[in-house]
Amino acid sequence: MDMEMELAGDTTAPAVEHAAPAKSAAPAAHGQQHPIKLYLVVWTALFVLSACSYLVDYFNFQGYLRWFLIVLFMMMKAGLIVAIFMHMAWERLALVCAILLPPLAVLVFMAMMAVEANYTNLTRLIFFGAGQ
Amino acid sequence: MTTEPALTNERHAQKSAAPLRGVIADWSSDQRSFKSASWGKTMMWIFLVSDTFIFSCFLISYMTARMSTTVPWPHPSEVFALTINGKEIPLILIAIMTFILITSSGTMAMAVNFGYARDRVKAAVLMLVTAAFGASFVGMQAFEWTKLIREGVRPWANPFGAEQFGSCFFMITGFHGFHVSVGVIFLIGIAINVWRGDYDTGRIGFNGRRGRYEIIEITGLYWHFVDLVWVFIFAFFYLW
Repeated sequence: MDMEMELAGDTTAPAVEHAAPAKSAAPAAHGQQHPIKLYLVVWTALFVLSACSYLVDYFNFQGYLRWFLIVLFMMMKAGLIVAIFMHMAWERLALVCAILLPPLAVLVFMAMMAVEANYTNLTRLIFFGAGQ
Repeated sequence: MTTEPALTNERHAQKSAAPLRGVIADWSSDQRSFKSASWGKTMMWIFLVSDTFIFSCFLISYMTARMSTTVPWPHPSEVFALTINGKEIPLILIAIMTFILITSSGTMAMAVNFGYARDRVKAAVLMLVTAAFGASFVGMQAFEWTKLIREGVRPWANPFGAEQFGSCFFMITGFHGFHVSVGVIFLIGIAINVWRGDYDTGRIGFNGRRGRYEIIEITGLYWHFVDLVWVFIFAFFYLW
């Protein structure tokens, strides 16, 4: 309750506040409507980024440079799609956190499975020999 | 920001100054945590998060299989090369599929825009264009599958290298192709509703609820997600 007051910063404000019904397509206030030009710019950017990631393969870059470029272009494309096309950039932070934070657990899972896969690979090399 | 709900007290005004306070205020408030998103949109997002985990599990199991095998992995650049005019071009079909899916995302985004602008003919046409791009994507995938199967790729064996290649390939691209197919059906259904003007007259839709033009945005969220998943598949399966 104290926090409620502190957040409100105004003792005349109601302690409990009710959300207005979601009116995403009310005639006066259109929901996620942004200039077409923005979409065209993002579209072009995605085209260029896809071409770049294709060129990584075409020019046959290898090693860490390849991984760096692949992941860089992938994250940039994913970021553009989620932020602009899926309108995440205009959503409130509460929704952004609820949607984007849980998938970070996947990174932990990935790290665990990478360790496991290395171990399996090692035992296979020891017991079966390489590339039988 | 037109989607802001009618919260006009001071707490709301502080949002821009301290975003974290906005998060706390949203989560601790009564009734709804996601102020700017309707239930329909929120539930689509939550579904997409669960779908993210499904695709993540596929990609992680693929990573595990690929990292742990002692047999060399088939080289995707060569396996997915096409011979055009006697010249072998690496990954060309996959690149074209990528561009098609991105283009379909662009038309989808514009359909959402025209939907909110109440321009239902343009919105419906753009949705049908999106569906056509999606269908051509699935067609190319069928072509790719046919080619690989003719070359002897099976879920349990293939002539190029590690056996796990086939199972990973069919599972991951098959599940993604299934998502695209469902998206195409979803898009055509909603496009017909938009075309008929169901969302102007408030006619009750197939789910027993009156529609609003927000359904186009919700359909769009699904479609962009399909594109998003392809970005990761393209990077990890085809470019690794």
